[in-house]
Amino acid sequence: MSDTFFTASPHWRWLIILYFFVGGIAGGAYFLAAVLQWFGRPEDRPVIRTGYALGFWGAVISGALLTLDLGRPLRFWHMVFQSDNLPHLMFKSWSPISFGAWGLMLFGAFAFLSWYSEKGGTLAKLIAAAGGLCGFFVAGYTGILLSVTNRPIWADTPWLGALFLASGASTGAAALMFFGRRRGASESSIRWLASFDARALIVELLILILFIASLWPIRQVWFGFWGVLLLIGVVWAGILWPLRLHFTSAGTGFRNPAVMVLLGGFLLRVVVLFASNSIAVHHVASGGS
Amino acid sequence: MPEAMGFFTDTTICIGCKACEVACKNWNQLPATNGGVTEMSGDSYDNTRKLDGTHWRHVKFIEQFEGPYNGRWLMMSDVCKHCVQAGCLEVCPTGAIIRTEFDTVVIQSDVCNGCRACIAACPFGVIDMNPAAGTAQKCTLCYDRMEVGLEPACAKACPTDSIQFGPITELRTRAQKRVVQLQAQGEKRARLYGDDPNGPLGGLNSFYLLVDEPEVYGLPKDPKLPSRNLQRSSPLAAASGAVLGLLALVGLRKHRMDEIEGGGGGGGGAGRGSEN
Repeated sequence: MSDTFFTASPHWRWLIILYFFVGGIAGGAYFLAAVLQWFGRPEDRPVIRTGYALGFWGAVISGALLTLDLGRPLRFWHMVFQSDNLPHLMFKSWSPISFGAWGLMLFGAFAFLSWYSEKGGTLAKLIAAAGGLCGFFVAGYTGILLSVTNRPIWADTPWLGALFLASGASTGAAALMFFGRRRGASESSIRWLASFDARALIVELLILILFIASLWPIRQVWFGFWGVLLLIGVVWAGILWPLRLHFTSAGTGFRNPAVMVLLGGFLLRVVVLFASNSIAVHHVASGGS
Repeated sequence: MPEAMGFFTDTTICIGCKACEVACKNWNQLPATNGGVTEMSGDSYDNTRKLDGTHWRHVKFIEQFEGPYNGRWLMMSDVCKHCVQAGCLEVCPTGAIIRTEFDTVVIQSDVCNGCRACIAACPFGVIDMNPAAGTAQKCTLCYDRMEVGLEPACAKACPTDSIQFGPITELRTRAQKRVVQLQAQGEKRARLYGDDPNGPLGGLNSFYLLVDEPEVYGLPKDPKLPSRNLQRSSPLAAASGAVLGLLALVGLRKHRMDEIEGGGGGGGGAGRGSEN
């Protein structure tokens, strides 16, 4: 039995799942907008603006979700200032929550500048480059945050950071496709997003296979509802089905690859969080599972 | 600088009276669960079940019965291990968790904001939220009592001296003698858990004498720091970011080339977009 089975759940539930989902979309969408800011054409402008809006509002919503999840929400600022030693800053490079709080703030600041300013030029490109890197950081560090614990599944694999980052990229592209159309995105931009989304889904699938393989010693954690949801909800509905739609014919609702990718990205986080949370130390100690 | 202080818990003489649990709750003014109405566990004589934010001491009942006349009880008063290398202290993003002058680990409730990172980081499942405070809480090794030269409430209340408090070096010597004594009496499975300063987590300032494998008592065999995974996960995440970034750039270039070749038409393969 893995030593991780003797630990207690941190009760990270729906607010954190939503944060992981929204943060992933915000980071992925902003990164793709930054790529277009550097190498795109004028006709890509609606997608760039949509990416910046998703990045900024995603960062705002992420901050709100994280604050609401705290046991003492009014002490959210303790993450960035030493409350008993003001005005010294609080930063631990080896604690993912600490560097994540700073990363999210930086990302929010870059996303705000990009979203607020309509101007192009070198400065906008530099902001986009820095923000894009922060965006990928926000999408991926959440997986590392889970791994830097002692909890079952999370601490038993090194692949969660990579998996969440790939999922952030695919859901970011999907969100840009979904909202971009409504904001006047060109067919050319949408086609590029769809082709990137397909590639990101393939990367995500490969990492997901490595993730599951790395958990072979504790494979019993998948013999139940969460394993079924992983297989049907994440792998089939969230990756294989939208991949097929990307390569054949897209439609609306369940035939819209963007909708299915977003659904799969959300379910991935639900499965990863709840499958681990369902393992409790006192059940293990008394001979349960 | 005071000496490192801690607990040595000899599980062989624990009688499961739970006086330590009561003394701990009493001294630390920890609230009752469920409004004070006892909830039966239903499958054990132990109704506390686990350590959490309002139970900083918990007497585990390990009930090993294969029939009405064939079985044994193991009892162990569990508590925070006050690890020399503490996972909770390592990950705490607010600086609420500190190491005291007694080499113990304490959560400052007025600094903690309830992010719960420490709960997931603890290799022993010791920490949990105190719903009344909205912060993570655990044993302080009665820091307030130690400051004035008193022993912790649990050790004071323990009627069999199963919980012994004192300087760690003294406790280790005493514990080793007890193991030798038990083995001489025929209890060959007697062993110490967490006493080795060169062992996992640099040793535990609350260590145990056990008569079976640690897992039987709900203790991990080889507890580790959470930061071990930072070095494993970060390069893989960075590599996946690099691959995806490259795919975005190469894909964009290919997309443009296809458009030029197709006279502004669509790209090949994936890229049919979607209808919303």
